[in-house]
Formats: sequence, C-alpha cells, structure tokens
Amino acid sequence: MNALAAPLISLGLTDWLHLVLHFATLSLLAVGGAITTTPDMHRYLVTQQGWLSETQFNASIALAQAAPGPNVLFIALLGWNVGLNNGAGGHPIGWALLGAAGCLLGVLLPSSTLVYLTARWSHANRERRGVRAFKQGLAPVVVALLISTGWILGSTQAANFPDLASAAHTAWPYWALTAATALLVWRTRLHLLWLLGAGALVGVLLG
Amino acid sequence: MPETPLPPDPETSATVSPQSCGDLFRSFTVLALQGFGGVAAVAQRELVERKRWMTNTQFVEEWAVAQIMPGPNLVNLSLMLGARHFGVRGALSALAGMLSAPLLVLLSLAWLYTHYADQPAVAGALRGMGAVAAGLVIGTGLKLLVTLKNNPLHPAQRLLLGSACFVTIAWLRWPLLWVLLALGGVGWALAWSRLAQREEARTRPTGSTGTRQ
Repeated sequence: MNALAAPLISLGLTDWLHLVLHFATLSLLAVGGAITTTPDMHRYLVTQQGWLSETQFNASIALAQAAPGPNVLFIALLGWNVGLNNGAGGHPIGWALLGAAGCLLGVLLPSSTLVYLTARWSHANRERRGVRAFKQGLAPVVVALLISTGWILGSTQAANFPDLASAAHTAWPYWALTAATALLVWRTRLHLLWLLGAGALVGVLLG
Repeated sequence: MPETPLPPDPETSATVSPQSCGDLFRSFTVLALQGFGGVAAVAQRELVERKRWMTNTQFVEEWAVAQIMPGPNLVNLSLMLGARHFGVRGALSALAGMLSAPLLVLLSLAWLYTHYADQPAVAGALRGMGAVAAGLVIGTGLKLLVTLKNNPLHPAQRLLLGSACFVTIAWLRWPLLWVLLALGGVGWALAWSRLAQREEARTRPTGSTGTRQ
C-alpha cells in the first residue's frame, strides 16, 4: 500500500452531520485534552469509515504538535484532510475548510458551553469550602500531571520518528536537551522562543 | 453581565485585570502563537509572569478546573478567564484569540508539509523542538511546585498524591480520566477535611458560626 495514497471518498450531507456529531460526543469525553480521544478518532475515521489514510492521520497529529497553538487544532486538520479527500465536486479547498470548521466546532461547542457555565458558577461560589477544597486538593495532582506530561512527551521521542526508532541509543541527546530545557525554564526567565529555536537548530545538526 | 461584589482576595492584590475583549483576544493570540507543543509553559509565563492576570497559585487552581473539565485545558483556561472579566463576550474573545491565528499557521504548515516532509532538516528541527517542548512542560511543573507551599494539605499528603499521579500517568500510562477521578476525589476529600478543621479552629471561640453546607 502506498503510504501517501489518500482515499478518494464522497461525503453526503448525512456523512458530514455524522462527522460533526461524532466529534461533539467525543467533546464531553475529552477530559485531559482532545489528545486523549485520538484512539477513538482513529477507529472512526481510518478503520471504520475509511475517510482518512493512516499517514494522513499520523501526520495531522505530528504537525499540530509541532505547530504553535493548542493541540486541539489537530482535529481541524483531520477535518481539513477529510475535506481534501472528498471528491464530491467543487473546489477541494472549500470542502477542506468545511471539514476543518465542522470538526473544530463539533469538538469545542459542548465542552466550552459546559466550561463556561461551570466557570460562572465556581467563581460565584468561590468562597464555598467545597469549591476551595476542589481547587486546592487537586493542586498537587495538577503539578504532578504537568511533570508527567513532559515526561511522556520526552520519552516518546524515539518512537515518534519511525526512521530513527530502531536506534534507541540515538535518543539520548534529545533527552539531554529535554533535561536542559526543564532546568532553564525552572531556574531562568529566558524567553521560551529562544529555547525552541535552539531545539530546532540542535535537531537539524543531529538529524 | 454584572459581577457580585465580593471582599477582595488578598492574593489578587498583585494582579491586574485584562483591559478589554480586544486585550484578551490579542494576548491569547500572542500566547497561542508561542505555544509549540508545551502550551502550559507559555501560559504560565504569559498569564502569570508577564500579564500578571493571575498568581502562580491561582494558575494552578484554575488549571485544576480546566483540567478536570472536558475539552483542551488551555482553551478551557482562556475561556474561564475571559468569562470572569467580560462574560460571554470575553469568553468568545479569548477563545477566538487562542484558535484563529494558530489555525491559519497550522493549515499553512499542513500545505507546506506536503511539499517538504521528505527534507531531513525539517524532520530534525521538528524532533529537536519536540524535545524542547517536553522540557518546557517539565520545567513549568517544577516551577509551580512552590505554589503548593500554602496548600491546606499536609506535606505528606501532597507528596503522596503527586507521586501517585506521576507513577500512574507517566509510568503505568493509566487513562487520565480514572486517575483524575480517583486522585482528584481523594485530594478533594482531604482538602475538605483540612479546611473544615481550620475553620473550626478559627470559629470555635464564638460558637457555631461559619458552618455551611
């Protein structure tokens, strides 16, 4: 199978509705960020419906990780690619924009509405013991979660790039880079874009 | 929407409020455009250290809410902040700032990627930036450890909750939802009883005031 081959599909109105509704239902399940729902999205878009190729799915996630902005934007990219694959006539960019907008709206609308209402309520009731206990009791978990997320991001370095994955020992310079960055962020106020620029440069030199 | 006036929180004295919805939109655009992979690091830097819209402690506390709610954490956080200051308009301004510019960048990148994905330099740069992004998140977590100093939980309880979270998430890779529900529930219950003890100790001389459901 050609890895770059994209499926040629034809989506009708009900297909588009299904797509948006699927993301809307995932929206309320996406505790901890949209990235936690990727296994289900893969099952739906690639395996079940065949609207995206394996390569398109993986590239969408990798690109969104590398691009600025919240990672949830990878869902817009999934929709964009579904639109591009859609050979239902008309300009492909039009379908791509429709796909991107539909998927992003679907995944954000339910959760954002809920967060908005909760934020109003919890702010109005912020002196209640239950609300204070919730925020303060979760604080150690939140801090540990940040460190864990960084740990996971760092440890998947070797697996992220298939052409280098076999050579696990080549990952150590990247782990050193991660550790050095963590120290600099913790102890200095160096602008984060300098660190990212340096990371890109080191990556080019090592690559 | 009118805000109910509440007694000033001593911790917010050092913070300032966003000036307008335009301010929210611009600030979150700047924030989002800097967030490569590790947006949490940039959010702490921009919102706490540069804009002074919140303290480190408030950041962690709001992050707890943003984290436990469905949806992307930082999108949730921006929404909550916008809503607090300017209601629905503020929430939408912050959300639009978070998403519009980065979306344009991402779609342009996706278009470029189809042409340059084979270049080894591109792959190398992406990989290096990925390693740095991981460091940004870890460093931010380390920096926020200081916010736990004023936490009502006993230091041993904090350490236990934090380590349990790290082991289950980073090593065992358990699903986040269950870890958050379990550890969050324990943390909530412990904090509740510690806060109750404190309030009781404070109100004991005057009798049974201050007890609330």
